[in-house]
Amino acid sequence: MNARTLFIPLTLFVVIAFLIGPFLIIVAASFSAGETLAFPPQGFSLRWIAKVFTVESFRASFGMSLFLAIGGTAAALIMGIPASYALSRYKLPGAEVIRTVVSAPIIVPGIIVGLALLRYIVVPFGVGISLALFLAHTALVLPYAVRVVSASLDNLRSDIEEAAVLLGSSRLGAFFRVVLPNIRGGILSAFILGFVTSFNQVPVSLFLSGPGVRTLPIDMIAYMEIVFDPSVAALSSLLAFLSIGIVFAAERFLGFSRYV
Amino acid sequence: MSDQSYLSLEKLTLAYGDTVAVADLDLDIRRGELIALLGPSGCGKTTTMRAIAGLLPVKSGRVRLDGADITHVSPNKRAVGLVFQSYALFPHLSVYENVAFGLRLKGMRGADLDARVQQGITSVGLSNFANRRPAELSGGQQQRVALARSMVMEPKVLLLDEPLSNLDARLRLEMRTELQRVQKETGVTMIFVTHDQAEALALADRIVVMKRGAIEQIGSPQDIYNRPQSSFVADFVGFENVFALEGGKLKANGHLYDLQGDVPSVAGLAWRPRMVALGEGPFRGTVRGTSFAGDRREYLLDTPLGPIKAEDDASAPVHELGTELAFDLPARKAAPLASFA
Repeated sequence: MNARTLFIPLTLFVVIAFLIGPFLIIVAASFSAGETLAFPPQGFSLRWIAKVFTVESFRASFGMSLFLAIGGTAAALIMGIPASYALSRYKLPGAEVIRTVVSAPIIVPGIIVGLALLRYIVVPFGVGISLALFLAHTALVLPYAVRVVSASLDNLRSDIEEAAVLLGSSRLGAFFRVVLPNIRGGILSAFILGFVTSFNQVPVSLFLSGPGVRTLPIDMIAYMEIVFDPSVAALSSLLAFLSIGIVFAAERFLGFSRYV
Repeated sequence: MSDQSYLSLEKLTLAYGDTVAVADLDLDIRRGELIALLGPSGCGKTTTMRAIAGLLPVKSGRVRLDGADITHVSPNKRAVGLVFQSYALFPHLSVYENVAFGLRLKGMRGADLDARVQQGITSVGLSNFANRRPAELSGGQQQRVALARSMVMEPKVLLLDEPLSNLDARLRLEMRTELQRVQKETGVTMIFVTHDQAEALALADRIVVMKRGAIEQIGSPQDIYNRPQSSFVADFVGFENVFALEGGKLKANGHLYDLQGDVPSVAGLAWRPRMVALGEGPFRGTVRGTSFAGDRREYLLDTPLGPIKAEDDASAPVHELGTELAFDLPARKAAPLASFA
């Protein structure tokens, strides 16, 4: 075997190792029996996995993250679906500008978004931390919602709405009767994508955490600064498997990859 | 309401933004008539159809249906059905639910609903397909679902957008027969839009030829085919040699030519290729192209009048490319044109 034929599989191996490696290390570390976060793990035990469920602050921040991911994504969809509909069905003046503005949170680094929200919204207007987090996560997820829902609207012919109207439906009724059922897959995909994005979000949340109000990733960083035990690794593994499970289920039942 | 004007368009003007698509259109349609709106793309036929359905707001003028002014009645309350060119079936619903859609909105439920839907599906020969999704049907079957979906609503007028254009030759004949049967059985007033003169001639009771947002000619298929009134209609129905007249002489390329026989005092004359007499006559031309068309042979001649399209029997001797030929444009065979554009 010459160097050339070896090069491709070797490169592939290095890339995959780089992508999957850290994840495997974390998973291995979560089953450690030792007292500190270390690799290779010392022994095998489930004690750190069990401990995750006993840490009070993890429970609270998990609740917060879950609320933000579900509530923020739902809010983004409630705004995003009509926005996508308008962008795809009407020739709006400045549609491209609107599209760009809506996509801005993807382009602008999260650190800047978080700082800007803190400095110009939260502090001057005295917005509560929970509300600020909710608004920030909604804004973060909105681009994904608009993008994914727009894609499925663009694939849906618009004359079925006219057909529904001529059969006696109102315009709004036609939207609920023939548009929504046909973009259901896109909406669910957008929800899952938004949920995962929000749940794993760090930089924006970093600026908007306050006493007693933290998202789970922020809480994990804070925890690690004080206690350096494998429970953070255990929690990370659990979250990773949760995400993988959701995406797999979505692909299996919805054909997730068609939409994103 | 007279029977002459079950559906009437009065001085109808339609526009997209500032672009006027149809101007001052007047049209009266009798109850139970099968009308073809015929014309090239951009002539306003589809626009007119959409306005009758209420999908396009009317800029000025009126639409009357069955004695009522429906100009500003919203499309969901007009009792006008439309079979879309793309069929526009609801992809998430079965054939049965597609057909039931409008009836459910009317509040029909239970046995009444089921009977009507079954009857609608059966009438288009799809009773074995009731539970299929549109994506599982052929184009022809989808169109029949679309037809049934509109017809179960018992519309006062059924509009059809290019109903035969997406079908292959065999299905065309089938669908044409189907439409005639539906029209005969239900007596529904039908208007269909087409750019294909053969379709219009075969199916319609009356043909409305449109050009640039206005009606060019209205008449029976025989009228339109044999007696076009304008150079546009003549050209559209296959009179491929169309000339203006000036003082009883044929005008071509800025010159005037004498014609043999009595020349009527009209704006122009038009000849089908088979009306051109080859081999004798006052005109001369060179064979520029020829093609065999089964029962006949087609010729393209280069002449001082411009290009002339002619036909000969397939059994007649062939005129080779480059041959110079005498020909005649006999005035008595020509279609007289009242207007020449």
